[in-house]
Amino acid sequence: MATVATCGGDAVGVGSAVATASKSNVTSFQRRGPRVSGTNDSGPRLVSITGTRPSVRNGQLLVSTGLPALDQLLGGGLAVGTVLLIEEDKYNIYSSLLFKYFLAEGIVNGHTLLVASANEDPANILQELPAPLLDNCKKEFDEDVYNHKTPESNIKMKIAWRYQLLPKMEQIRPVSSSRFGHYYDASKRIPQELIEASKWHGFFLPEKISPTLKVEPCSLTHGYIKLLQFIQNIIYEEGFDGSNPQKKQKNILRIGIQNLGSPLWGDDICCTENGDSGHNLTKFLYVLRGLLRTSLSACIITMPTHLIQNKAFIAHVTNLSDTVVGLESFIGSERETNPLYKDYHGLIHIRQIPRLNNLVCDESDVKDLGFKLKRKLFTIELESGFAFFHSAHF
Amino acid sequence: MFPELNNLLNTTPDRAEQGKLTLLCDAKTDGSFLVHHFLSFYLKANCKVCFVALIQSFSHYNIVGQKLGVNLTMARERGQLVFLEGLKSAVDVFFQAQEKPHPLQFLREASAGNLKPLFEFVRDALKPVDSGAAGWTYPVLLVDDLSVLLSLGLGAVAVLDFIHYCRATLCWELKGNVVVLVHDSGDVEDEENDILLNGLSHQSHLILRAEGLATGFCRDVHGQLRILWRRPSQSTSQRDQSLTYQYKIQDRSVSFFAKGMSPAVL
Repeated sequence: MATVATCGGDAVGVGSAVATASKSNVTSFQRRGPRVSGTNDSGPRLVSITGTRPSVRNGQLLVSTGLPALDQLLGGGLAVGTVLLIEEDKYNIYSSLLFKYFLAEGIVNGHTLLVASANEDPANILQELPAPLLDNCKKEFDEDVYNHKTPESNIKMKIAWRYQLLPKMEQIRPVSSSRFGHYYDASKRIPQELIEASKWHGFFLPEKISPTLKVEPCSLTHGYIKLLQFIQNIIYEEGFDGSNPQKKQKNILRIGIQNLGSPLWGDDICCTENGDSGHNLTKFLYVLRGLLRTSLSACIITMPTHLIQNKAFIAHVTNLSDTVVGLESFIGSERETNPLYKDYHGLIHIRQIPRLNNLVCDESDVKDLGFKLKRKLFTIELESGFAFFHSAHF
Repeated sequence: MFPELNNLLNTTPDRAEQGKLTLLCDAKTDGSFLVHHFLSFYLKANCKVCFVALIQSFSHYNIVGQKLGVNLTMARERGQLVFLEGLKSAVDVFFQAQEKPHPLQFLREASAGNLKPLFEFVRDALKPVDSGAAGWTYPVLLVDDLSVLLSLGLGAVAVLDFIHYCRATLCWELKGNVVVLVHDSGDVEDEENDILLNGLSHQSHLILRAEGLATGFCRDVHGQLRILWRRPSQSTSQRDQSLTYQYKIQDRSVSFFAKGMSPAVL
C-alpha cells in the first residue's frame, strides 16, 4: 500500500534526529540563551541530552512520559525537575502501566532509572516493562491501527501522511520531527539485553528498613527518610546536580515511586480518617521536589488517592505536586455497561498542569478524555460518545 | 505588574498605600499571577522586598519577572530583594543538622512547630540598615504561599501568629506592607485552612480573590477576580467596597473586563 511505504520512509528520517537542549548549568529552569540556534553550533555550552527536547513555549527541558498522547496533553512532555503524580485507578491496572511506560522510555533513551517500591522488587518491575516498538516494527503497527478505518478517511490521511504516526486525537497539532516519544507493545516484555544495558537503581523498602526499628522521634516515617536519603545519594554520587564537573555526558535521572502513601510505606493516610497527623507524605513530597528542582531528574509517583478519605489532604498533595493526572477505570463500575463508554477502558483526568517560567500553561481545551488499551497502543481520545448523541438528532 | 490591575486597584508604584495587609486568595484556579504582579509592583516602587517563595524556584519568578519588566537577579545583588527559596532550603535543612535555627526549622520537628525562626529571618532581612545608604522606600513582605505551611504540618494558629508578628513589625512599626497568598479549598472540608483564611480576611485591608468560573473551563475567560477593600480597624460605618471582574491571562500581561464583556463574546 502506498500509504505504508511513505510512512516507512518517514520513520527512518524521523528516528535519526536528536533533540537539542541548551544548558549552561544544571537546573533545567533556564531560558534558552540567544546563542542557541541549531544543532550545528559548536561550542562547549550546548549539551544535547538524548530523549529530551525544549518546550516550544518557554524553552523548558522536557522528557517524554512514554506515552506520546499524554505528552501532547501535558504540553509537549514532562518538564525536567518536576513531579508527575498519577492518581491510581481502583485496581492499579492502568496506573502501573503508565508507570512502566515511563520507565521503559527511560531505558530506550538511555536514562538512568531509580525505581522505588514497597511491595514489589524493582528488578521484577523492570522485567515486566513493555517492549518498545522500534522502526523495524513500524509496518505491523500501522496495519493494526488502521484496519478499522473507512476507505474514505484513508484517502484523506494519505495527504497528511505525517500524522498517521500519531494516535487518534481530536486536536492534531504538528509534532516536531525528532523522535521524542516511543510506542510500546503492552503484550510483549522488554528484551533482556535492553535492561542489562541500562543503568538502574532499585529501592525495595523491606530490604532497606532494618528489622529492629530504633524508636526515635523523626519528622518523617522511617521509610520516607530512607528513600529521600537514597535519592539524594544517587543524585549526588552520579552528578545529576552538577556537583561532579568531570562527567562529560549529562544524563537524566528518571525516578519512579510506586504506591506512595500506601500502608506498606508505613504511612497511615490511607487507613484512617484523620491519618497523617505527622504530615509525613506532604513533607516527603516537599523535600523530594526540592531535590528534583536542583537536579536533572524527573519523577513519576503513583498514589492510591481513592483510598484516602481526607479529601483536603488530596488537595494539599495536588498543590505540592507539579503535574497531576487522575485515572478512572470502568472495571467493576456501572459505566462498564454504559453504551456511551463502550469503546473505552476508562477516563483520564488532567487535574493540574504546572505553570513553569510562565504566566500561562499549556492547558488543553479538551476536558473529556477517555483512554483505551489496545494490544499495542494506549490511546487517549475525546469521548466520541457525545458526538454520537449529536448525530442522532440531526 | 499589570497596568490594568493597577487601574482597577487605583494605585501606581509611586503612590501606593503603606502599612497594609493584602490577602490574595484563589479558589479552583491558580492565583499565582497576582503574586507576580505584586512582586514586580513593589520592586518598581523601590521598596525593600523580602520574598518567602515556598512553592517555586527562584528562576521561575525571575523568568516571569523579566516578562513583567523587573530583573530579580539584579535586585537580589543590589540588596533590594531578599529571596528565601523554600524548596532549596528544605533540602539543606532536612539533610544536614543546622547549628543555628534555620527559617524552615519546623521541617525537622516531629510535632507541630512554630514559625519563630522564619519571623526572625524576615525581621532581620527587612529591618532598616542604619547607614541608610540604600534609600529604599519601605519594606514589603511577600509570601507564596501560606497554605504550603499548613500542608507541612503547622497549625493555623502558628501561621496566624507569624502573620501577626509580621504585621506588628512591618506594617505598624516600619510602615511597610505584607502580601500573602492562601488557597481556598472551596467545598472540600479543610478546617485549618478555613481558620487561616477567615482569620486573615478579618485583618486584611485589601482582598483579591481569583476564582474559577462557576460554569467550568473556558479558553477565553480564565477566571473571575473579586476585589474587596476593607477597613478593619475603623468602625464599619462605611460599607466595604467590592468589585468583580473577569480576566484572561496572556503571555506577558493579564487583561481584565467586566463580566460578560470578554472580547471573545462581543
